[in-house]
Amino acid sequence: MINLTIDNQKVAVEAGTTILEAARKVGVKIPTLCYLKDLNVIGACRICMVEVQGARTFIPSCVAPVAEGMVVRTNTPAVIAARKLVLELILSDHPMECLTCLRNQNCELQDLAKEFGITEVRFDGAKTEYPIDDSSPSIIRDPRKCVLCRRCMSVCTNVQTVQALCAENRGFDTLIAPAFNEKLANMECVNCGQCSLVCPTGAIVERDDTAKVWAALADPKKHVVVQTAPATRVQLGEAVGAEPGSIFTGQMVAGLRRLGFDKVFDTDFTADLTILEEGNELLQRVTTGGTLPMITSCSPGWIKFCEHFYPDLLAHLSTCKSPQQMFGALAKTYYAKKAGIDPADIYCVSIMPCTAKKYECRRPEMNSSGYQDVDVVLTSRELGRMFIQAGLDTTNLPEEEYDEPLGISTGAGEIFGASGGVMEAALRTVYEVVTGQTLENIDFEVCRGLTGVKEATVQVGDLSVKVAITNGLGNARKVLDKIRAGEADYHFIEVMCCPGGCIGGGGSPIPTNTEIRLKRIDATYTEDERMVLRKSHENPAVTALYEEFLEKPLGHKSHELLHTHYTPRGVNK
Amino acid sequence: MVACNCGCDDELTKQLDKIIDPYRGNPGGLIQVLTKAQNLVGYLPKWVQIQIAEGLGVSLQEVFGVITFYAFFSLIPRGRHKISVCAGTACYVKGTKMVLKTLRELLDIKPGQTTPDSRFTLEQVRCIGACGLAPAMIIDGKDVHGRLEPEIIPGVLEQYA
Repeated sequence: MINLTIDNQKVAVEAGTTILEAARKVGVKIPTLCYLKDLNVIGACRICMVEVQGARTFIPSCVAPVAEGMVVRTNTPAVIAARKLVLELILSDHPMECLTCLRNQNCELQDLAKEFGITEVRFDGAKTEYPIDDSSPSIIRDPRKCVLCRRCMSVCTNVQTVQALCAENRGFDTLIAPAFNEKLANMECVNCGQCSLVCPTGAIVERDDTAKVWAALADPKKHVVVQTAPATRVQLGEAVGAEPGSIFTGQMVAGLRRLGFDKVFDTDFTADLTILEEGNELLQRVTTGGTLPMITSCSPGWIKFCEHFYPDLLAHLSTCKSPQQMFGALAKTYYAKKAGIDPADIYCVSIMPCTAKKYECRRPEMNSSGYQDVDVVLTSRELGRMFIQAGLDTTNLPEEEYDEPLGISTGAGEIFGASGGVMEAALRTVYEVVTGQTLENIDFEVCRGLTGVKEATVQVGDLSVKVAITNGLGNARKVLDKIRAGEADYHFIEVMCCPGGCIGGGGSPIPTNTEIRLKRIDATYTEDERMVLRKSHENPAVTALYEEFLEKPLGHKSHELLHTHYTPRGVNK
Repeated sequence: MVACNCGCDDELTKQLDKIIDPYRGNPGGLIQVLTKAQNLVGYLPKWVQIQIAEGLGVSLQEVFGVITFYAFFSLIPRGRHKISVCAGTACYVKGTKMVLKTLRELLDIKPGQTTPDSRFTLEQVRCIGACGLAPAMIIDGKDVHGRLEPEIIPGVLEQYA
């Protein structure tokens, strides 16, 4: 252990600990901007400078390891003056557009300016001028607001291994962008939005589509239906100011009704449906010698990643559409017919924890109802803003239930939001369908948690089903490379694009970090336990859907409406 | 080989592959490959960068970031002669701005640009160690021209065809 003092407090920490982390251990708060624990530790912004006795200059505490006998002062007048200077220099090249910025009141730079009482910027130098890249259906990049912290690059390169961004040029001329300043829509960006989650300012944000939804709600000719993704109910609370881990299902449903949606349905319903289609597809592949391992296809960031970087493995993807797109296709066919509404008048909105879903709904394949199946996707952040704009005190609204029939769901559908959830839901159903026996313990703990690659072997009748579960695309890459090398003997793999699964998706409330992800995961499984039905094949509305409309899993109608195909894209094209 | 429209040259492509070969799949060879590739092609256009990225197994973003970080690498074709104007402290005080302004008037290019006739490429560099001759510039990496004044610069340029 290394002994040092920080602001006159004695601290003992392991060798290799940074001054910043040591200070946090004893409750000393050192401000940071570029720093992101475990993810971006580069000492770029210099906000975290501290005074170390005997050192010639101030030391950036986020990158400086502790040393025996070190005497650190974090808040001397000189240190504070230096931090203010750094802040003013950053602000001198920042467009002061806070009032019209999507990240107003949720911005780390703004917070720092407030904490340090910055009331004027003494420097009036050059300002960088770059065009906004609004080419992507998911993410808007405004480099003028960039503070060059490189968090987005780090998450895109090291966590997602997409590496869509680089630092072009150096010094004042540095620009964080794709090579040759290519537009995000024209390259390998998978639209996952993890960059928008970690951006401390408004330099990378989700495309705000709330205006389209307000317009649809105001149009008396439109029958506006909404679906809510599994993860949204453990996120929306945060989006309107509640504690992380709050379960907000009933309040969210009530809020959506108050906004004027004609029907409030649930993506959990089509998550259950996905299990029946995908489970049967797996069984068919196993029994007929189809391509194995089969890989889940719910996560549109993952799909685009596979199309770009592993086009040779596309045959491994389940042909099932994602639950969002299954919902859209059914809303404008099955539901339209059942409710006696012309599908042309149905406007289908999704609430998703995801920016890639905005891209997915615009894919040319996604119009099997004869219309664009899902008209618009809002992230959890956007719906939070709509609630606030509408003046709704959603936290205190009496809880309400989803509408029938597309709002009926099970716990299995609910856990789709967390890494391992799709696998667990599939196992619950496949076991019972194959063996005809009731599963005693339906909690597959081995599937749960934040571990990057989880593996398990589950006995289903005569068959030992070998499965793998990955979250974060860098972890998916590890398993895909094994498949390429012929070293993977899995039957079924679940891939979720974002760390932790959809509960940590790129459209989640900000901040989203490991601690908050864990709280949302806990809430997800709590919600699962509260459900009366916890297995997808027991969902009565799904059974009715097959009886009244689809006939059987993998049947003709299913193929038409619920399955899709993929496009090899490659890189640097 | 399939003809492509990206501006690459089949013969150059083959030679570039030979440069890449010892480093294939090895991202650590990026700087060496870029240096040799620039010597081969004269600069580093997009098709060269893509070939290198795919050869070494790195993303185009990685390649582009490195190229734009180092002043040594160029994204644009280089002229026959490289004018490096010193912007070190002594030269700066004695008139780097005057030198650049004069060159701009004569050649109509800014640092980082090449004349349309490919005769000169202009760049600005840090101290070249000729402070006694400030303001100074180096042409083609070897000829030092010092104590520059607006009147003598045209005569200096005339020495380079």
